[in-house]
Amino acid sequence: MRTLAEHILDIAQNSVRAKATLIEIIVEENKKSDLWTLTITDNGCGMDGEMIKHAANPFFTSRTTRKVGLGLALLQQNATAAGGRLIMESKHGEGTFLQADFQLSHVDRPPVGNIGESLYLLFLGYTTGELRYEHKCEKDTFNICTSELREALGKVSLQNKEVRDGIIELINTTLGDMGATT
Amino acid sequence: MTKIKSMADLRKLKDEVQSKIKLRENSDNPEQVVQIKVGMATCGIASGAKNTMNYFIEELEQEAIDAVVTQTGCMGFCYAEPTVEVTLPNKEAVVFGNVGKEKVREIINVYIKRGELIDGIIPVNFRTIDE
Repeated sequence: MRTLAEHILDIAQNSVRAKATLIEIIVEENKKSDLWTLTITDNGCGMDGEMIKHAANPFFTSRTTRKVGLGLALLQQNATAAGGRLIMESKHGEGTFLQADFQLSHVDRPPVGNIGESLYLLFLGYTTGELRYEHKCEKDTFNICTSELREALGKVSLQNKEVRDGIIELINTTLGDMGATT
Repeated sequence: MTKIKSMADLRKLKDEVQSKIKLRENSDNPEQVVQIKVGMATCGIASGAKNTMNYFIEELEQEAIDAVVTQTGCMGFCYAEPTVEVTLPNKEAVVFGNVGKEKVREIINVYIKRGELIDGIIPVNFRTIDE
């Protein structure tokens, strides 16, 4: 994973696979406290105590297609390398909460990358529930969610090239105008 | 084109797009169009599946091929990421491994357009006699 946006795309798919109907992704950045925080909350199937202990272990996975699961392991590695940490809380049957902290000014913090593209891919691929994204800077907050997009686009497919470029541009220019970290 | 900065702009764009294209009749019955699934789990993303997917969408648009491009999880062929599953109408799904830009072009030109098989297929459809 070279960028934080790729981590978002990757980790959010865990929630999709946990059959969540509501996924909330919140990015909060604060230059004063020098933090870049990613939280993902879902109402999926959750994990029991034993499973959550191993969740960030690269040799643990709930899949049967392969024996390793690197998503959370890589996120934890990047977070700790950037002076942060990864926190997970989950209740079986109720959902999962995940928080990854990064020190904003740390040399080892990966670049944020193309958030618009990651979100677009999530909106495109996650059709069974509601995805909400919130980006908080010191002075401004940006929100986008599945229902809002659906309502705006009506019958036109997300896959249409102009629509795709439009959504990515909408997210990235708004974030850029807010002065979001790159 | 003006920059898209708000939902209102996106709505405007949608109206423009809507008037341009006739709503595809095919979109209601996905069996009739080419379906492409790009493996996008950790392994896929790390080896550049995002670029592969973007390239697929762009090329298919340019060639005016009716196709649905979506993402899927890991298919278990992490060694051959990015992997792509292509389902032509009324045919069994075929999985291609190590799909970079070159391969995307080959898949579109040779497999999707002409239906000829090409190198780099991962045989998931392998079945024994007992099955």
